Amino acid sequence: MAINVKVLDRPVGQVSYVRATLKGMAMTFKHMIDPHKVTTQYPEEKETISKRWRGTHRMLTTETGKAKCVACGLCPTVCPANCIKLVPGEDEQGNRYPLVFEIDEFRCIFCGYCQEVCPEEAIHVGRHYENAEYSRDGFVYDLERLVAQTHPVCEMWDPADPKGE
Amino acid sequence: MISASLIATAHTLPDPPLPFGVFFISTVVKMVAVFTVYMVGVALLTLAERKISAWIQGRLGPNRVGGKLGLLQPAADGVKNIMKEETLPGHVNKPMFMLAPMLAFIPAMLAWAVIPFGAPWDSRWGRIQMVVADLPVGFLFTLAITSLGVYGIVIAGWASNNKYALLGGLRSTAQMISYEIAMGMSLIPVLLLAGNVTLNQIIDQQASMHTWNVLNLTISFFIFMVAAFAETNRLPFDLPEAESELIAGYHTEYSAMKFSMFPISEYANMATSSALMATLFFGGWDIPFTQQDNTTGVSFFMLLLSIGIFMAKTLFFIFVFIWIRWTLPRFRYDQLMSLGWKFLLPMALAYIVIVASVILVLDYIGLERGFLYGLAMFGVNIVLVFIAFFILDRGRIISPAYGRATPQQIARLRAVTVARSHLSPQSGD
Repeated sequence: MAINVKVLDRPVGQVSYVRATLKGMAMTFKHMIDPHKVTTQYPEEKETISKRWRGTHRMLTTETGKAKCVACGLCPTVCPANCIKLVPGEDEQGNRYPLVFEIDEFRCIFCGYCQEVCPEEAIHVGRHYENAEYSRDGFVYDLERLVAQTHPVCEMWDPADPKGE
Repeated sequence: MISASLIATAHTLPDPPLPFGVFFISTVVKMVAVFTVYMVGVALLTLAERKISAWIQGRLGPNRVGGKLGLLQPAADGVKNIMKEETLPGHVNKPMFMLAPMLAFIPAMLAWAVIPFGAPWDSRWGRIQMVVADLPVGFLFTLAITSLGVYGIVIAGWASNNKYALLGGLRSTAQMISYEIAMGMSLIPVLLLAGNVTLNQIIDQQASMHTWNVLNLTISFFIFMVAAFAETNRLPFDLPEAESELIAGYHTEYSAMKFSMFPISEYANMATSSALMATLFFGGWDIPFTQQDNTTGVSFFMLLLSIGIFMAKTLFFIFVFIWIRWTLPRFRYDQLMSLGWKFLLPMALAYIVIVASVILVLDYIGLERGFLYGLAMFGVNIVLVFIAFFILDRGRIISPAYGRATPQQIARLRAVTVARSHLSPQSGD
């Protein structure tokens, strides 16, 4: 199929290259001497991120420092990326706890379903984005790592307060 | 005011030649000084470009090395470029590939040999001209040498054995040839007015007329500036590089220090063109509102002042180069050619005729070559600038590269479009 070219009649009467150039130069000069710059000096200053930011995970703990997780198995079930590995265990009192709890952060799509579905408010997605590691293995977070994280966690969308105020 | 005949006689009497020792030492000192200042200046230009582009775009620019202004950034870049791995692709023509970066850089630097950077200094050893080589052929040498710069680019493009590089090289050839002519033609009015090709005497002529050539020959200056942009491959004429079309153009295959020789030579060319513009049209080292000219020497203080003035003028044009780069988009190739051949060249030719007639008339009336003469030329130029920028410049300079479509042509094209969109409903607009 041939190309459909739209042909427009140019308003030659008003067109001027030299004057348009000068106008553009005035514009760029104005920007150049404008003291307001938008650069964020990253490592020293950081942009504030949204309260609903969904970053790498964090497992909240009870007062005794144990993970709140009861190994109910809801999060691996709901996870659309299938990135949570959970092996449940049970102690003498019959309390369930996770023997293995691993999240592959490379696989995770950060939808936050795990946090939404968790009945114990144990697993959370975090308000955090600095995730450098020396190897790919470093991005499979085990339970110990998840518990050790300290960054603030995401506040999920609340139907009572849809705008987050 | 000095009459034309007086200037002519003044220059026919040469200065007494310097003793060989003084000549030798002063030349070596001047060479070393010019080379050092030039190389450091070019290095700092890369920083200036990054800073100014950042400010124009609302950013801060490099500020991590060497304080808030990032003054050590060129050094850091240099170290990085030298430490980098240098690749030599297997398919290149090796000798040419190695030669090209040098060929690109050397002409830009050679041109500085004839540019006077200060008033002649009456030292205790005799009068020393502040120019490395006081060649009688003056800017003819500059023009010849700067046009050699294209060889570096063409050879780089050809030796790379890469289609993008070759296209970049070809474009640069076409561009250089087109704009070289306009550039040469735009300088003929300068010759008509100065009557000499030596750059020092062109400065003299401007100083003695008390009006710089930018006022006497405004259109020439405009054409020269546009051509200089094209010659240095700077935006809006950077078609040989054209990142969006040709990857990196002629230096696609280069890496490390060989690659950075090309940007360095671009900046070197920029500095040379700026110095030429300052010399030919803005009075060079001529200190404004003074009577100083080449026929007498100056004290050491005045020498430093004149060097400062020359540098200020040159830096201003360098700033204009950078400023325009971050303002204008790139030309389309056909627009480039039509601007060069259909606009700048005829304009330059017409301007030569006009300037020659004006000079003839003014000389016939018997007006002395002085302030009034300059004022008369300025008056003529105001009229010409108005005609060029307000009457001629109506979409004719750039916009429709091949002329405007007639209403009949447009109607026919529209009819074709409508017919097609009826045939296939999906492809309609």
